[in-house]
Amino acid sequence: MAVVYEKSRGLTDNPLTYCPGCSHGIVHKLVAETLVELDILEKTIAVAPVGCSVLAYEFFNCDGIQAAHGRAPAVAAGIKRTNTDKIVFTYQGDGDLASIGTAEIIHSAHRGDNITVIFINNAIYGMTGGQMAPTTLIGQKTSTSPYGRKEEQAGRPLLVSEMMAPIPNAVYIERTSVHDVANINKTKKAIKKAFENQINNKGFSMVEILASCPIGWNVSPVDGNKFIKEGLMPYYPLGVYKDEGGEN
Amino acid sequence: MANLVTITESMCKGCALCADACPKNILEMAKDRVNNKGYHPATCINMAACTACAICAKMCPDSAIRVERDA
Ligand SMILES: Cc1ncc(C[n+]2csc(CCOP(=O)(O)OP(=O)(O)O)c2C)c(N)n1
Ligand code: SF4
Ligand code: SF4
Repeated sequence: MAVVYEKSRGLTDNPLTYCPGCSHGIVHKLVAETLVELDILEKTIAVAPVGCSVLAYEFFNCDGIQAAHGRAPAVAAGIKRTNTDKIVFTYQGDGDLASIGTAEIIHSAHRGDNITVIFINNAIYGMTGGQMAPTTLIGQKTSTSPYGRKEEQAGRPLLVSEMMAPIPNAVYIERTSVHDVANINKTKKAIKKAFENQINNKGFSMVEILASCPIGWNVSPVDGNKFIKEGLMPYYPLGVYKDEGGEN
Repeated sequence: MANLVTITESMCKGCALCADACPKNILEMAKDRVNNKGYHPATCINMAACTACAICAKMCPDSAIRVERDA
């Protein structure tokens, strides 16, 4: 018998603390598999955010640290500048990266920090009970927008990849999704590129991944993945927003 | 010998993403039991039909599925 698929050794044995069907687990696997395939697990440092993935350093089988809310890119920049031989990545939700941490992510890209950013956009604050995020869709019901987000009140959802791509020292920006296996495979390719760019000293790379929060959205896991496709994707188009790194 | 799907029931959260993704529709949540976490775990109801495509395993957020191909 030949093993076709098994749990990656890039993950620890700790059981994931995520809800059933949460996309965080899928993206964790893709990052872990990538670190193993690129043979960088032993020299990688993860920077976990505040949010449901606050304990991510318990799950990735590499070194890790946890940053104050939104500050992961600043912490990662410090680690990378003092440990240039290490591979450093941040793993951040949209409440973390696109709300309280908007300044940090923009300035990290502006400085051209040679780090990899894994950005999980599930259009909600999962950990704290499903509140509206800057990325919540117009009309989307959350615990703080019970009648649906209104543009006149909260503006339009923040398009992070579109905002980051014009920053001169951002090298690679792509938006992907993990709602089915074809898109999971594409997301893995994007994550791999974002790490290869760092290995080859190309600079700041970010992959924005459209993700499901079935608990915060109050839907079943299967319907959560449907909502990524039918709800999120029309507003958040998938694709490469910038690629100045070239081939690796 | 057929291909083999092994589900570590203690890791499963019964989310059913694997069953929804399986092109052969051979995965179900076992309604006759719950695991240590209190979920109905996924189970394969027709191993002989498995093509070892591993779509279920790639979909599983909790890495609970191992797939082996009959060489
Ligand atoms: C300084 C500070 N402000 C607010 C909070 C409360 N808080 C914890 S998690 C969170 C939002 C997390 O949302 P997101 O980044 O989208 O991650 P998810 O939980 O959805 O994965 C907030 C506001 C905090 N812990 N620290
Ligand atoms: S609240 Fe949402 S983001 Fe947090 S673990 Fe549950 S499903 Fe995932
Ligand atoms: S995808 Fe994984 S956690 Fe979800 S039901 Fe299937 S085996 Fe269980």
